Amino acid sequence: MTQTSVADEILLDLIHAEIVSYASHSDSNEKKVCLSVIPQIKFLLKYKNLCLCFRLTKDWTRFKDELDTMKFICTELWIAIYKKQIDNLRTNYQGTYLLQDNSFRFLSKMSTGSQYLESAGKYVIFTCGLIRGALSNLGINAIVSTEINTMPVVKFHIQVPQPHN
Amino acid sequence: MAVCVAVVSHNNSPKYIACVNPDNELEFHYKVHTSLDVIEEKLSNTGKSNTESREFYLGILYSTEEHTIYGYVTNTKVKFMIVTETSNKLLRDNEIRAMFRKLHSAYTHIICNPFYVPGDDIKSKYFEQMARSVMVS
Repeated sequence: MTQTSVADEILLDLIHAEIVSYASHSDSNEKKVCLSVIPQIKFLLKYKNLCLCFRLTKDWTRFKDELDTMKFICTELWIAIYKKQIDNLRTNYQGTYLLQDNSFRFLSKMSTGSQYLESAGKYVIFTCGLIRGALSNLGINAIVSTEINTMPVVKFHIQVPQPHN
Repeated sequence: MAVCVAVVSHNNSPKYIACVNPDNELEFHYKVHTSLDVIEEKLSNTGKSNTESREFYLGILYSTEEHTIYGYVTNTKVKFMIVTETSNKLLRDNEIRAMFRKLHSAYTHIICNPFYVPGDDIKSKYFEQMARSVMVS
């Protein structure tokens, strides 16, 4: 691995840490602030994501269906941002997808005990926005939520509203 | 070789249109936007049959006596269209495909410009140049 790629990786960690601390320090009521910052992050990500999606999907074939798009998120997008793939993708074929990352990058440097479990939520908001933005750029409007039970494992629930037949 | 190049955004609003003869722009606006329905139809048909190719390039959308319209859709649902003269028999499918690829990469370039606000009309000189080169070549 070259020197540049090492520096490359830390930059995202740094800016992400800064975003989280900005979101949680601008008001004493942490939860409230986090919630109010989410839409902004999502908005930002939606547009910045666009170039990412364009770059990455340029040489792909056209996506056949939603699952194809999800696979793209799990592989290409995740590798581009977190340098690894999603460990597990599950779906019920009715618009619900479960993406499991066994060692989520922003949490992997923290203690694995339950000590920081409460504040871990702040560190996944960015990624929720990222997924949501990427999906919306690829033509899917989805709701993304997370679940953290044990420390570096994060589960992303993606709910795609189904068209009424 | 092409007489008109058009880019239409994911929500079907026109983003860019350029033609060899600027006087005919309105006519091409009309033609390009009527072919959007054909694109929609072609897109909704994919997925049902796996045998169909899943290329970005959609082939001929429709042709009239004067013009032939070709379409191309990205994964982000941005549509590119190229109008050629029907009388021009020299054009091969592969050449059209190469033109679209050129446009696609040019579009990717300008989207990555941090000063470009997504959703705006395309006013980039670089893209203009690329579009012109497609029309002249």
